[in-house]
Amino acid sequence: MPDPTPLVEMRHISKHFGGLQALTDAQLELYPGEVLGVLGHNGAGKSTLIKILAGAETASEGVIFVEGHEVHINDPNDARVYGIETIYQELALCGNLNAPANLYMGRELHKWGFLRKNAMKAEATKALSRLNIRIQSLDVEVESMSGGQRQAVSISRAVHFDTKILIMDEPTAALGMEESKMVMELTVELKKQGIGIIWISHDIHEVFNFTDRITILHGGKNVVTAPTKEFTQDEIVSMIISGIPVERGTSAAGG
Amino acid sequence: MQIAGIKSQPLVWILLVAVLLAIVLSFLSPFFMTVGNMTNLSKQVSIVAILAAGQAVVIISGGIDLSVGSILALSAVVIGALIQVDVDPFFATLAGLATGTLAGFVNGFVITRGNIPPFIATLGMLGIARGLALVITKGVSYQVLVPFFLYIGNAKFLGLPIPLYFVVVTFLVVSVMLHMTVFGRHVYAIGGDERVARLEGIPVDRQKVKIYMLSGFLAALAAVVMTGRLAATPPSVAQGIELQAIAAVIIGGVSFVGGRGIVLTALIGALIMAMITNGLNILGISSFYQQVLIGFVIIVAVWLDNLKSRK
Repeated sequence: MPDPTPLVEMRHISKHFGGLQALTDAQLELYPGEVLGVLGHNGAGKSTLIKILAGAETASEGVIFVEGHEVHINDPNDARVYGIETIYQELALCGNLNAPANLYMGRELHKWGFLRKNAMKAEATKALSRLNIRIQSLDVEVESMSGGQRQAVSISRAVHFDTKILIMDEPTAALGMEESKMVMELTVELKKQGIGIIWISHDIHEVFNFTDRITILHGGKNVVTAPTKEFTQDEIVSMIISGIPVERGTSAAGG
Repeated sequence: MQIAGIKSQPLVWILLVAVLLAIVLSFLSPFFMTVGNMTNLSKQVSIVAILAAGQAVVIISGGIDLSVGSILALSAVVIGALIQVDVDPFFATLAGLATGTLAGFVNGFVITRGNIPPFIATLGMLGIARGLALVITKGVSYQVLVPFFLYIGNAKFLGLPIPLYFVVVTFLVVSVMLHMTVFGRHVYAIGGDERVARLEGIPVDRQKVKIYMLSGFLAALAAVVMTGRLAATPPSVAQGIELQAIAAVIIGGVSFVGGRGIVLTALIGALIMAMITNGLNILGISSFYQQVLIGFVIIVAVWLDNLKSRK
């Protein structure tokens, strides 16, 4: 990768839940402007690793660096302070509120405690148009929007507040073909802005075509971390299943 | 503005129902639309209306407050007890308001720290506050014959009874809080999806404590009006009134699931209930039937609401 300092470095991360060892000495690196696919079976440890970065879980052992500085992430608000935002598979919006209200949820613009509704609406309009998202009316409740539009609102919320690292946990799982395409186009747009994206998906085809690098986990350990195109789709699938790295001259196993 | 969107429809609907009811009643009885009866009606509605404002906020946040009747009684008794020992009525009132707010704080504290459902926490407070009111008074009713409270209960200002001003100010302030402030936005977010609200960094617990404090404060404010009207503070006052307040909110079209509705409709809901009671009284129909009818109205109101939202 061209940039020597990764946005995120997770080193020697271990996590156990009681007797269950979910992660053992796991590694992750994310660079600006790249999409890193994190792959693995259910129970391979990928969601635990990501939750640790998002602040939803804390690691038993290991260190996290953001832009070269060691950080301690104990809850989602800590993560947010370091510019780490997460988009969850199930759409995390309040259906009874409109897009601007959702965009600014928990960080409302106000003066003396009074909402600055017009300012928020104007900012929301700008934020959405910056990502080429078209929504007919910002006054309607997000509940009455399509799944793709809602995911678009989630994404624009996630990147609105100086986000550097975006974790997308199966962002297209609940969406149709067209809408998935729209979300991916959005993600490309974010990439251009230098945001580092962690993309978690079960759709191998999507991962193969869309990510720059992949890191595969198996049984809580890294199998391989390498540029996506060093492998064929079949090789990726076989590594996810077996947990045994396919030998290639350039790629180093274990990250 | 949002007011122009989905939120205005329930207000239009319920207002229409209220006006229709008023027209029907004024045709049925020549006494309905008299100044005397209207004064009477506004006094009758004032207590429930003030409680309904607080209850609306609680219900929009996805909660419920069953303790408002008991908190009202406890606050009234505190006022009455202080008046007995010649405390200045102004300070007695402040003490009463503080009592209600504190009881609301305890509700909020128990709900958030103890992780106890609002129904159960406030059910507990319903017993505790009522019991304390009885303990303080040993079951007797204090007389409150000081000018300050007699004025609140009986005087008029610009031709309108004083309790009406309490109602108007309450709804004005609560409406502004709910529809124009960050606090209000958080109330809707918590009622809409508490998990999301928490995930997005809303201080859910702190806001919930505030919500129940507001409800407790308004119960105490209703106690001030009640003390004025009765010129006394019986510890058994306002028993079961919480159900009327909840009914007013529901008839007003505020969703019981939370996250939806506006405060003003609770006032109109309270008005509709008062008009039914008042109208049937004027028409000489037994008060036994009134309860039956109000029960029907609650169910029909929610049924109609469901039909509307299914479209």
